[in-house]
Amino acid sequence: MSELIEIRKVYKRYGRKSVLRGVNLSVGAGEVVVLLGANGAGKTTLLRTVSGLSKPDRGEIQLGGASFSTAGYELRRYIGLVSHTSLLYDNLSAPENLNFFARLYDMQAPAERIEWTLQAVDLWRRRRDLVRTYSRGMVQRLAIARAILHNPPVLLLDEPDTGLDQESAEMLHQLIRKLGADERAILLTTHNLERALAWADRVCLLVDGRIVFSEKTANLTGDELRRQYREAGRPA
Amino acid sequence: MNNRVQEMNEDLVMPGEVAAAPETVRNAGPAAPSPSVQMRTNGGLGAYMRKVRAITRKELQAEWRAKEVFSTMTIFGILAVLVFGMAFDLRVPKSDMVAPGVLWVVLLFAGVLGLNRSFGAEVDRGSLPALLLAPMDRSAIYFGKMIANLIFMLAMLALVLPTILIIFDVNMIKTWILVALLLGVLGYVAVGTLFAAMTASVRARESMLPILLLPLMVPIFVAGVALTAAVVDGRTLGDFWRWLGVLSAYDLIFVTIAFIVFDMIWQES
Repeated sequence: MSELIEIRKVYKRYGRKSVLRGVNLSVGAGEVVVLLGANGAGKTTLLRTVSGLSKPDRGEIQLGGASFSTAGYELRRYIGLVSHTSLLYDNLSAPENLNFFARLYDMQAPAERIEWTLQAVDLWRRRRDLVRTYSRGMVQRLAIARAILHNPPVLLLDEPDTGLDQESAEMLHQLIRKLGADERAILLTTHNLERALAWADRVCLLVDGRIVFSEKTANLTGDELRRQYREAGRPA
Repeated sequence: MNNRVQEMNEDLVMPGEVAAAPETVRNAGPAAPSPSVQMRTNGGLGAYMRKVRAITRKELQAEWRAKEVFSTMTIFGILAVLVFGMAFDLRVPKSDMVAPGVLWVVLLFAGVLGLNRSFGAEVDRGSLPALLLAPMDRSAIYFGKMIANLIFMLAMLALVLPTILIIFDVNMIKTWILVALLLGVLGYVAVGTLFAAMTASVRARESMLPILLLPLMVPIFVAGVALTAAVVDGRTLGDFWRWLGVLSAYDLIFVTIAFIVFDMIWQES
C-alpha cells in the first residue's frame, strides 16, 4: 500500500504549550485511519497541520511524497477538509456554495459533479433552500459534500459525525467506506469509539500530542479499544 | 518524481490545459458512478482572474441576500450627511465651503463599517479556512474582496451624492469629482481590505480597524477634498493634476504593497 499521508516527527507549539510532540503517522491509499483522543489531545491541530493551514514547528508532512514547501499551493488541490465549522456560506444555497468552491478549484463544467455530490449526501431535494435554513446535520452533510467535491485523494475529517443523526451517520459511514475503497487516504477524528471501530481500518490514540497506541481494527475488539482509551487517559 | 502527487501533477500541470483528475480519485460515491472531475491547473493569469471573479461574485451574491454591508454603509452615510447638514446650517454662510469635506468624511467613516465585515464575517462564520485551502495564490482572495468593497462603496456614493445635493444644494455629480472619488475609493479599499484581513481575528477589530486605517488615509483625504473643492470652486484643470497624481500614486503603491504582503498575513508560524 503506497503512503499518501506521511507525518514524520511533527512538533507544534502554541505559545508555551506543546500541542504535538513528535507525531509519526502514515496513511496509505485506500486506508481509513481514525484518530482518537480526549479534548486537547492535539487531533484538530494535527489535521490543520496536515492540511497546510498550520505549519509544523519541526518535522515533515508529505502528501503523496510532496510537501507544501516543494509543491506550493497546487498541493491543496489534493486535500478535502471537514472542519469543526462548516466552511460554508449561510446566504447561499447548496449548489451556489459548491459552485463557488468548484470555481476556486478550477473545475470545468461542474454542474454534473455538484448534482452527484448533493445526491450522495441526500441534499439534492433541498438544493433551492439557503444553507441558513438547514438543520445542523444537513449543514454537516453539505460540509462533507464540499470536501469531496473536487475528488481529493486525501480526506481530512475532523469529527464529521458531530450533529448527525443515526441515519446520517450511517450514510456517512457508507460514504467513507466507498471513498476509502477508491484509493483515497482518509484521516478522521471522532470521540465515538464504536464508530471508530466500524469506520476505520486502523485506530490511533493521541494523548498529549503523542500517538501512544496504533492498531488495525481487525485485531481489536470494542472492549480492548475502550481499555486502551481508558488507560491512555490515566495520569502516568 | 516517483511519488503519487507528482505523478498526478505530471498529468495535470500544463499551463492553461484542461486535465482530468487522477484515475485513482475518480468515481467515488455511494451509488451512481461519479462524473469525472475535470480541473484546469496552473492556468496562469486566466485562472487567477477566474478565482478573483468567483470571490467577487460570491461577495455580491451573499450581500444581495443578507443586505448587511451596503445597507449599513448607505444608511450611515445618508444619516451623516443629514447631521452635518443640520450642524453647518446654523453657522456656515456658504455650504459649498464645507460640502467637499463632508463628502470625504462620510466616505471614510461609512467605509469602515463595510470593511470591517469584509473578513470579519468570514472569521465569525468560520469559512475563512475554506478560502485559505483553495489551490490559488492567496492574493486572489484580496483582490476578489477588494473589488467587491469597491463596488459596495461606489454604490453607497451613488446615493450619498444626491443626498448632498439635496441637503447642501451643492452639485458634486461632476466628471472630475467622480474621477477623484473613483481613485480615492480605490486607494481606500486597497488599504482597507488589507487592514481588514489583518484585524479580522483580533477581538476588538471594530475599533482596531479605524485606528490603524484612518491615519494612512490622510493623503487620500487631503487630495480628495482639495480636488473636490477645486472643481466646486470652478478652478482650472491645471489645479486638478497635482491631486490626481497624488491619488494615482497612492493607489499604485498600496495595491502593489497589498499584493506582495497579503499572503504573509496568513502564514501561521
